[in-house]
Amino acid sequence: MRNLKFLATAIFATVFFVSCSNDDDAPDPVVEQEVITTMTVTLTPNGNGTPVTLQTRDLDGDGPNTPVVTSGTLATGVTYNGRIVLLNETVNPPENITEEVEELDDEHQFFYTIGSGLNVTTEYSNVDGDGNPLGTQFTLTAGAASSGSLTFTLRHEPKKPNTGLSDAGGETDIAATFNVTVQ
Amino acid sequence: MRKYALLILLLSSIPSISQNCENTLSGTVTDLHDGSLLAGATLIVAGSERAVVTDLDGKFTLKNLCDDTYSIQVSHPFCLTKGFTIKVSGNTTKNFKLEHHLEELNQITVEGKAYSIKSKTILENTISKEELERFSSGTLGDALNSLSGVSSLNTGNTVVKPLINGLHSSRVVIINNGVRMEDQEWGAEHAPNVDINSAGNLTLIKGAGVLQYGGDAVGGVIVAEASKVPVKDSLYGKTLLTGASNGRGTSLTSQLTKSYQSGWYATVQGTLKRFGDFEAPEYVLSNTGIFERNASLHAGFNRFDYGIEAYYSLFKNEIGILRASHLGGAQDQIRAINSDRPLIIKDFTYDINAPKQDVTHHLARIKGFKRFDGFGKMSLQYDFQRNNRLEFDIRRGADRDKASLDLELNTHTLMLDLDSHLTDAVSLKTGIMARFQNNFADPNTGVRRLIPDYDKYDLGIYTIVDYRLNDNLFLEAGGRFDYTFMDVFKFYRTSFWESRNYDELFPEIVVEELDNQILTNPQLNFYNPSATFGATYNFNEEYKLFLNYSLASRAPNPSELFSEGLHHSASRIELGDLRFNSEVGHKVSLTLQRDNENFSFSVSPFINTINDFIVIEPTEIQQTVRGNFQVWEYRQTDAQLLGVDFDASYALAENFRFNHQFSLVKGYDSSQDEPLINMPPVNTKNEIVYQNPEFKNLRLALQSEYVFRQNEFPDNNFEVFIPETETMETVDVSTPPDAYHLINFNSSIDFKTTQTSTLTVGFGITNVLNTSYRNYLNRLRYYADDLGRNFLLNLKINY
Repeated sequence: MRNLKFLATAIFATVFFVSCSNDDDAPDPVVEQEVITTMTVTLTPNGNGTPVTLQTRDLDGDGPNTPVVTSGTLATGVTYNGRIVLLNETVNPPENITEEVEELDDEHQFFYTIGSGLNVTTEYSNVDGDGNPLGTQFTLTAGAASSGSLTFTLRHEPKKPNTGLSDAGGETDIAATFNVTVQ
Repeated sequence: MRKYALLILLLSSIPSISQNCENTLSGTVTDLHDGSLLAGATLIVAGSERAVVTDLDGKFTLKNLCDDTYSIQVSHPFCLTKGFTIKVSGNTTKNFKLEHHLEELNQITVEGKAYSIKSKTILENTISKEELERFSSGTLGDALNSLSGVSSLNTGNTVVKPLINGLHSSRVVIINNGVRMEDQEWGAEHAPNVDINSAGNLTLIKGAGVLQYGGDAVGGVIVAEASKVPVKDSLYGKTLLTGASNGRGTSLTSQLTKSYQSGWYATVQGTLKRFGDFEAPEYVLSNTGIFERNASLHAGFNRFDYGIEAYYSLFKNEIGILRASHLGGAQDQIRAINSDRPLIIKDFTYDINAPKQDVTHHLARIKGFKRFDGFGKMSLQYDFQRNNRLEFDIRRGADRDKASLDLELNTHTLMLDLDSHLTDAVSLKTGIMARFQNNFADPNTGVRRLIPDYDKYDLGIYTIVDYRLNDNLFLEAGGRFDYTFMDVFKFYRTSFWESRNYDELFPEIVVEELDNQILTNPQLNFYNPSATFGATYNFNEEYKLFLNYSLASRAPNPSELFSEGLHHSASRIELGDLRFNSEVGHKVSLTLQRDNENFSFSVSPFINTINDFIVIEPTEIQQTVRGNFQVWEYRQTDAQLLGVDFDASYALAENFRFNHQFSLVKGYDSSQDEPLINMPPVNTKNEIVYQNPEFKNLRLALQSEYVFRQNEFPDNNFEVFIPETETMETVDVSTPPDAYHLINFNSSIDFKTTQTSTLTVGFGITNVLNTSYRNYLNRLRYYADDLGRNFLLNLKINY
């Protein structure tokens, strides 16, 4: 019988405990760590001239708004030094993700896919610790006047070295297509 | 609360009879069927604490009785407990007969419980201890899969979620040792957190007939119970060791029980399971290992008229998720689906890396009961559950080892039940339930919360009445009402909030507007009635008909209401809807059963009509910087499910038996006039068993399992632009895989090692022909084949 009394006490204690532990404090917002909202490709003409900027920006991340894409026009015969910067603009100040990609260079690689109509060529300018391409920096040479798509793909943990996008595997961290004109 | 306490205090003051009387009541206790003498049966004189136990010859003597009428309860571990009214006049002799309630040895149904919690007008499927032991190294879902009408929704082969007549997750309620599992069961990739080795038997009810634990089991109820501990002085236990070639792992489980004549008992049990990467016929399924650690402790004091028990269990499971299933956007999905082999295949390892799940579930319960003469059995139960779920995705840099999802779900439940026999023919069961649940999503993950923080309060009340009209007709009716209140704090993306028009619909719930998020405080109320009506009719000794109608209503779960964001394991964006109301199911089931030694069968057609059925399906493609993702939105519709389950068992010759199972289920979205997704394909199992009880209980079984192709499915394919080829390509996420046929072999033999201990050696092979196949209900079927051949060696010692 003593057990039952003990049970009653235990239940009272628990209910009391429950009613006390219930607080209505609002939770903290989550600081999103790994979102990439913005990719900016700055193409600086070799020698001098005004840089061309290609940008895709999606401030709500996986939210319903589509990315805002800004494209540019290249000049025939000019070689550009390309620099890719990735930002997480959901946090303030924006976080520079490029640094992280470059630190873990063996786990990343950018790929440049040139659409059939576009007359440009690209070449990697930076490599990882093993001498395999990384591609946050590259050179782009614009050929004859033309237009078409230019796609930048960042793969996480690709096979390295590889023979191209179809062979690389890994997971896509970025896939952004720009319509580019050379004139 | 005060009422409970008063009640409990009342219980403690039942006066004992003290009168000076000299009569003796003596006699024997025998088995009703074969007349064998029952040793160790307990006789309790109701209203006093007097009890005697029969000796080896089944004899008993109760001394010092008055000339009076006594109620005597006779119980035996293998029999139904029965009450007798005896008129004592001078020295009296009386022989009692008890009925064996289950033929199989060791399968002991928990006294009282077995009859009150389950439905009597829906055919129950039970998995005995012996059968459960064959699944010792598997999961609860694997064991249930052996029943007709049950399939499983898998994520790989270690996350196995039971699917009853086509329904799963929140629509299937799991009762573990009298406690309703609250373990974030809403997720399709969340397996039940129950150690299969802690269950003495498993019962499946394909319907909502079990109103004691809730009225929301639109799909069905699974009841796992511990073995009953006999009231006698004993110490016994068992140890099971299983080794398996596929996954190169072992499972070890041990159990020890000490019981006393006085009614006290204690059981400790533990399981350790460790497997490395599993293998398909042609390759290693990288990162599919599992590491499971469980322990449970059960102690109590059990008498016929009162008792108390405490139970605690810890379940900890670390599960690797196929590495090749973790994808970026739709372009990765195309590559993965179009490839015959997983895109990532590494060497075998025991290491479990991201993506993985790490789940810890604590369950504690304390229960007391007391029987009152002429009133019934009153029980009070409190239980507490804590579920901590960690999910790890592939992450970059400093966050690499940090979980992407960290949820802690705490649930407290208090239940007061009364079990009463109003007359010989009518019994009543009624009770109330109060539950408090709190979910906490840790913001330190750096990933938006999949499930928001919330407090949930439930209050339920139910009554079930049974009426045995005559020997052949039995009627059952029950009703339940549940009230649920949810107090939620949810951050919405501003863009989503506005795109859904929530800013106009629910401006009052906004607490705070941040940069790109809005903090809201939805407070939701749900009122859910449920009911069951049924009848059982015995035509004769062999034929029986069950008819049941159940009304089930289920409040939407947090994932259906609040999902908003990328679900990595499915490579899709999932969106819930704040505006949902409860889902209401009407299920009519009929079973015709023939119970006969030589040829028995049961055929069970059913029809389940569900209004406001919550279904998730693809709606559009969303562009992000990471590429395109398919968006899956929850919506409410009307659904219709119908099907039939068929079981048969035929004695071919002495010791030879043929078993057959066939299940069919069709599910349709009646408002859109299209098939429902993830409906189990038609399947049939046929088995030949040789069992010789005279020769070391040798058992050999050869089983064939044929799963047809699912031909009815919704078309959820979508197109995506591939920059390399500059073409649009179809992502085929709909087409079901082909039919497959598996052969399994199983055998066991018993060796008596000493007087009291038996060694059982089992050997089995699953997928004997090493067939490559993919299962429509495996969420990872896009990426890899299912398991290849597996050799299992099983050693069991009973002592």
